[in-house]
This record gives sequence, structure tokens and C-alpha cells, in this order.
Amino acid sequence: MKYQPVIGLEVHVQLLTNTKIFCGCSTKFGAEPNSQTCPVCLGLPGALPVLNKKVVEFAIKAGLSTNCSITPRSIFARKNYFYPDLPKGYQISQFEDPICQWGWLDIKVEGQELKRIGITRIHMEEDAGKLVHGDSEMNDGSGVDLNRACTPLLEVVSEPDLRTSDEAVIYLKQLHQIVTWLGICDGNMEEGSFRCDANVSVMPVGSDKLGTRAEIKNVNSFKFVKQAIEYEIQRQIELIEDGGTVVQETRLFDPNSGKTRSMRSKEEAHDYRYFPDPDLVPLVISDEWIERTRQELPELPEQRQQRFMAELGLPLYDAEVLTASRALADYFEAGVAAHDNAKAVANWVMGEITRALNDSGAAIEICPVSPTQLGGLLKLIDSGTISGKIAKTVFDEMWKSGKAAHIIVEEQGLVQVSDSSAIESIIDGIMAANTGQVEEYRGGKEKVFGFFVGQVMKVSKGKANPSVVNELLLNKLKG
Amino acid sequence: MNIIDMTIHEMHAALKGRQISSVEAVTSMLQRIESVEPKVGSFITVTSEQALSAAKSADDDIARGVCGQLTGIPLAIKDIFLTEGTRTTCGSRILENFVPPYSASSWEKLHQSGAVLLGKLNQDEFAMGSSNESSAYGTTRNPWDTSCIPGGSSGGSAAAVAAREATATLGTDTGGSIRQPASHCGCVGLKPTYGRVSRYGVIAYASSLDQVGPLTRDVTDSAIMLEAIAGYDPKDSTSVDTPVPDYRSALTHGVKGLRIGLPKEYFISGLDPDVQKAMESAIDTYRRLGAEFVDISLPHTDYAVATYYLIATAEASSNLARYDGVRFGHRAEADGLLDMYTKSRSDGFGTEVKRRIMLGTYALSSGYYDAYYVKAQKVRTLIMNDFIKAFEDVDVMLTPVAPTPAFKIGEKINDPLQMYLSDIFTIPVNLAGTCAMSLPAGFSASGLPIGLQLIGKPFGEETILKAGYSFEQATEWHNRKATI
Repeated sequence: MKYQPVIGLEVHVQLLTNTKIFCGCSTKFGAEPNSQTCPVCLGLPGALPVLNKKVVEFAIKAGLSTNCSITPRSIFARKNYFYPDLPKGYQISQFEDPICQWGWLDIKVEGQELKRIGITRIHMEEDAGKLVHGDSEMNDGSGVDLNRACTPLLEVVSEPDLRTSDEAVIYLKQLHQIVTWLGICDGNMEEGSFRCDANVSVMPVGSDKLGTRAEIKNVNSFKFVKQAIEYEIQRQIELIEDGGTVVQETRLFDPNSGKTRSMRSKEEAHDYRYFPDPDLVPLVISDEWIERTRQELPELPEQRQQRFMAELGLPLYDAEVLTASRALADYFEAGVAAHDNAKAVANWVMGEITRALNDSGAAIEICPVSPTQLGGLLKLIDSGTISGKIAKTVFDEMWKSGKAAHIIVEEQGLVQVSDSSAIESIIDGIMAANTGQVEEYRGGKEKVFGFFVGQVMKVSKGKANPSVVNELLLNKLKG
Repeated sequence: MNIIDMTIHEMHAALKGRQISSVEAVTSMLQRIESVEPKVGSFITVTSEQALSAAKSADDDIARGVCGQLTGIPLAIKDIFLTEGTRTTCGSRILENFVPPYSASSWEKLHQSGAVLLGKLNQDEFAMGSSNESSAYGTTRNPWDTSCIPGGSSGGSAAAVAAREATATLGTDTGGSIRQPASHCGCVGLKPTYGRVSRYGVIAYASSLDQVGPLTRDVTDSAIMLEAIAGYDPKDSTSVDTPVPDYRSALTHGVKGLRIGLPKEYFISGLDPDVQKAMESAIDTYRRLGAEFVDISLPHTDYAVATYYLIATAEASSNLARYDGVRFGHRAEADGLLDMYTKSRSDGFGTEVKRRIMLGTYALSSGYYDAYYVKAQKVRTLIMNDFIKAFEDVDVMLTPVAPTPAFKIGEKINDPLQMYLSDIFTIPVNLAGTCAMSLPAGFSASGLPIGLQLIGKPFGEETILKAGYSFEQATEWHNRKATI
């Protein structure tokens, strides 16, 4: 029998606010344990939550960017369970009436038409703290660090519309791109700023009855999401084929083995006893607030790709690469503003700039060559002042020294020689010194042509205009 | 005049006129506490040293000409209010050694006004009870008859005022916890409108019902205290940003033409005859003063107690989850995490608290949530609507506070349902979120105080204070003192 996998993702997005969702403590990562805490995030008796407005703004932005409806009156709820990293014994989250509902993302699977993935809901909630185990300072006991407690999260829940691990990864990457693009999340998966749980089930092809699902926790990289889902699909199919049944449970992905293992069964599942949090009043969001936020939204990657293609004439591939992040797209556009040759700017950003960034491990935000400087370099190429080859040398120097291209060209005398009489005399000298090769060429061995080009460039120290060289050489050699 | 018998406004005049000093006032109070505490048991913690040093600095202020209404006045507060550096138990074993790092906003305001803290008052554990018998620190006794309960949960707050161990006190009221003990101890107890006073730093029992209020010797003091603690607090999202009126100046406006509603559901056949008599006499007094009476109905009153015990316990089951032995409070010796949770909570909480945690957990459990919690919320809306509708026709309502005067210690402790019914007239006010006060309106044949409840519109504290003041001026009940 053939099986159809069905996948839904729950993504936790940690928001880039300066302070926590219900108190004024800092959200900075990596501080001394419990140094960023107060009565509210410690869950002390008598402490009360006060909602951070920024979190609501970020949630509205996320909702609008994923085609959600913004709920005019949304409610915070308490999710009750005991765990040492949960100071109040409940997590403040949203249950009924979350802030965003009924959205979607159109994902691009290579070679296929756009596929619409439903987004059931996006809700706001607070994160828990962190347990630290086996530190010698704690006599090998366990400690609780509540710096992370009460930091703001969005949980983005998809419909079970995904069918393959590839689709799941594409969806996840697009969502990742949107939240980082909006500047509401740093997207750092290693530090847990963007984490994912996957719900996976399988059903016979053609069936419309969903199979029993397993929820897989701890899949915190794009690679692991793919691995975990593929493993889980295979595990469930084999189980069914062997006459077994899939049970509803929570499973943990182990990145070392690439396998999932059972964490707790449905019977052991918590009854979270959700109920509206009486400490927080209903959150009323006016149409005006929604509209104002909509105005503030940046142009999203999808729209920007379209514009790059329509207005700047870029091919799809370039438009996609250049919108991988908002900073990269901004860099590219600033380059085009400095030098009006979009394709040339695109080639350089995707080529030399990307290579140099990769080599140095730097991010585009702190690129040592500014977009204006890049524009200046490209101007020199397009005007024929320097050759493309020399430009690469100039670029390396710009990267190192931070100097403008024209200054480097001047200082090092790199201006391209296009004057035919100067080039002619070089050619004459070379032909005179290499009569053997001239004969070979004239005898039909056209490959030798390259040798002459190389010689001319060598003598001219790379400054000879290649097209002039080609033209003159051809004439002279043919005699 | 004896210092311990003074009201806030009397003592303020004496302090301002330099007839007495704050140190004298506080010393008198501390002596009084020492002499009557063995019989009453109002306090869990007495903060003598801090009180005397605070009194000294109040006297310095007064010497410099700074003398607000509360400067140098010796107060005591229920042990549910967090006090920075001073142990706060909430009447529970589980917080036996809890010394908070911050103070409740309401206490902070009194403190800023120059008030002196004598100590922390006894109460039912986590404010769950109507008799003070659920305290882990012994039962407070009624100063009028020490074989009787003082009421609860702010029993210590009422008893301390009645026994003249504090000039005024602060309590909290979730289902009657200020008004019922005020009634049983013969003092004035005010439960403000939900949102009028900040809940920040008040240990939560049932967050949607809890409200802070004063217990005082007379209505004027109630107005002074309310004015000091009321107002918006950015730390409490449920506090309401509406201006705080000058409550004291409205007191003398009289009740001529005031329309007072008598909800028929509150004058039931089972009412104690002494209570019945006191209500009739109060109605006569108000008639004489020129008020008009209107018969009204609050048709969903019968469902109030059941509704309250679903909503309050549901919220409590969640609010009390933080007492897990991990970060503060009692931690039992245990073998592993689950064992630690179980033992810490089993040892730390008393019977009534456990009963309510279980009730609330059950009401919120999947499969029962709609039938209990959701339904209770719907009934709560109906009860609110009862009040809204009735208030279209009247300015205030007059009812008894409790069906009977104070009962004997031990009388109802093994019968939770009977105990719960003692709040039958106070609970609907919390569900409706409006304001009400209890004031002395008579005595039973055996000499126990009987309280009268005035219920106001939301944020209608001025009106009930005015009505209470007029009654007080026309009667002598508030001048009688417990002989202890």
C-alpha cells in the first residue's frame, strides 16, 4: 500500500523586544543566571503581569505578513502545569481567541506551482526558564535559571497541509525569512530563537481520514526537521505494515541517531486546564491600530522579488537570492542607487561580495565595502576605465583598506589602456620575440591565440583593454 | 481621651496639635497588643522595633510641619499584603519563612503617607474561610466574646480594630472577607469596587474577585483610608484609571431623597431575629433621615454561592500552583521532583486550602470545564446584570451583612457548606464587582455586634460612604466598645 504523509508545524518565534512580555526585565541572551529577573518573572506571590505593547505590535506584523485576520478582542489564558522552570505553575498564553487567525503562506516547491499552506493561528505567550543540570557549583544538582522566563514568544501553528519533508522545510524557511525580515526575531536557531515541533501522521493514499499523529519535539534546525519527519514517516509506515497501530504521543528527536523516541503517551499527556487569565484584561485591537501597523510593514520578500524582476529586469534566480534577507536586499538596492546597472550590481553582490563575506565570516550588515563604494567600482568597469579582471584586484584592496575604487586605481596606476597604438607596439614586440608561435598560429593552430593574449596582459600588467587586445591581435596575426 | 480608643481623624488632630506624639501613640498600641493578644490573637507578626523607629521619623516630620492625615498613625495590615523585609505568611505554613523582597502597592501608599506599621494580622489561610479558623497560626477570637469567631478571612483585621490594637487596619475581600468580620466585630469595613485599589503585592486568592479595603472605627476613617490607597497602578492591569474623589468632603451631604433598594432575596425567612430587628431599625433610621425605600429584586441571588465556589476555587487552584517548594516557601525533604512537590504542598497547605485547590482543579479539568467554569461565568454575568438593572432604580441597596451574628469557634468548622453560606449576602457583590460596606447597626441579645451592608454602584464609594456617615451620625452603635 502507498501512504500519504500529513504534516503540520508548530513554530515558536522568540521576539526581539528589549524587555519581557509581562515585565520590564531585559531579554538579552547569555547573562549571569537569574540576573534578569524581578517579582513578576520570578512568579513571586502578589506579582501581576502587565502586557508589553511591543509584543502586540510584533504579533500584528507577523499576522499581517502571513495573511491572518487580526482578532479585535483577544484573550490571554493560563496553561497550568508543574515544572521547575515554570515559576508560576502556569504559562500565560492564548487559547481561545488568539491574536491572529486564518492565515496562509504560499510556498514555492521547485518545479511545481505555488502551494498554499494554511496558518491556523498565531498566539502570544511567555517562555519558561531553563534548567541547568550537573554543575559542580551545584554539587551535581540541578539549578533553575529564570532569565528566559517571561520572554515573549509567538507560536505559529500551521494547518496539516504539508505533505513532504521538503515542503515542511520550505514552509519553515519562508516563515523564518518573514520573521527575520520583519525584524521581530533574530532567527537564531542554535540559541532557540526559532524552534519547531512537527506533527506527523500517515494515511493510505486516497484516504480522507487522517492517521493518528505523533508530535515531534526538539527539531531545531532545517536539517533536523527534514531528518525527523522522514524518519517518523518511515517509522509509522513500517509500524502499520507490520500490523501495528500508531499511537498519539509526544516524541523526541535525537539529532545524534537521527531517530525519534517516545517521550510521553496520550495517557500521560497534561490536562492544561486552560482558562482566561483574570490578571489580564481582554486585548482590544482597533482597526486603526491594525492599519497603522500595516502602513509600517516593510516591503515583504515576495513583493520585493516581484519588483526586482519587473522594475530592475532581474531573472527570478537573482531576485530570489537577493531577497534571502532584508539586509541583503537593502544592500543590493543601495548599490543600484549608486550605479544604475542592476544586473551588474546583482552579479557582484551574488559573486564577489558573497564570496568575501563567506571567507571572512562577516554579515552583510557590516560589509566593509559599502553599496556606494561598490557602485563606484562598477562605474569604473562600465566606463572602461578598468577591466573586469583588474576590478577584482581593486575590490580586494577596497575590502582590506576601505578606500574608494577610483583612489586605488589612481594610486596603483591601474587605469585600463585602450589606446590602440600603445597596445599595437606591445603586440609587435611580442610577435617579434615569438616568431615560432606566430608561425604555428598561421599554420592553423589557433589555440596559440591565448598565449599571445596572456603575453599582452602580462606586459601591460593587466591594464590593456581585453577587447582592443583581441581585435588588434587577430588582425596582426592573420598578417 | 485614651490613645487606643482614638479614630484616625481624632489621632491626627492630637498629633497635629502636639497633644501626643506618634511614639506615644505607637507605644500605647504596642502595650495594648501585648496585654490583649493572649486573649484575641489578632497578630501573626508584631513589628515593634520598626514601628517605634517609624514613629520617631513621623514625629520628625510633624516637627517639620509635615502632618498628613496618616502621618504617625499606627496601623496594622492583613498578612496577605507583601511587606518588604517583613515576613508575610498569608496565614499559611507554606509561607512560614517567606520574607518578601518588595511591598504591596496599597501598603506602599499608606507607608508613603506616613502611616506606621504595627504588624501583620491573622487571617484564614490564603483568605479562604469565614471564621479565621483555617489560619496556620491559631484562631483569632472575637473581642466581644472570645468563645466566638471574629469572622473571616480578614478576622485579625477586624478583631484588631475592635480590641483597639490598631487605629485602623487593611484587609482584603473576595467574597465578604472584609465586611463579614467587620460586621461580627462591630467595625466599619469597606470593600471598594473591583479595580479601585491595586492588587499588586497582595497574595492572590481569586484574582477576579479580590479587592483591598480598610477596616476602621468609623466611616470618616474609612474615607481617609480609601482615599490613601485608591487609584490606578500601572503594575496592576485590572486597576482602573479613574480619578480618586475627595471621599471625605462628600460625607456630610446627607441622605434626603436617597433611593435605597431592599432586595427581597436578602430578607429571607431564615434570617436571625436579632439581625432582622437590626435591619428594621436601620430602615426606620434612614426613613427618619429622609431616604426613600424601594423594593427590588436580584433574581439570581440563589446561584451566587455556587457560582462563587466554582470561579474562586478555579482561580485559586492556579494562583496557588506557584507554592511548589522550588523558589521560596516551605520545601519538604523529598526523593525526587514529584515527591518534593507532593510533600511540600501536602505539609504546607491546610485542609480548607487543599479542599478549594481540588474543587478548582476539578472545575477546570477537561470534560468538566464547560459544565462548571464556563457555566459559572455565565451565571456571574446574570448576577452582574441583576445589579445593573436594579441600580437603574436605586442609588444604594441595604441588606444584612451576614445571616447571623458571630458563631462559636468550632461550630461550623466541620461543615464547609454551612460555613460557605455565612457569606451568602456578601458574595454577590464580589461577583458583580461593585462596592459595599459594613457598618455597626445593632447588637444581638447576647451582646454580639450586627452589621448593616450598604451596596453601591460601581465606583459609587462616595454614595455609600455618605449614607454610612449619615447613619453613624444618627446612631450610637459605633461608639460601643468591646470590653476585653
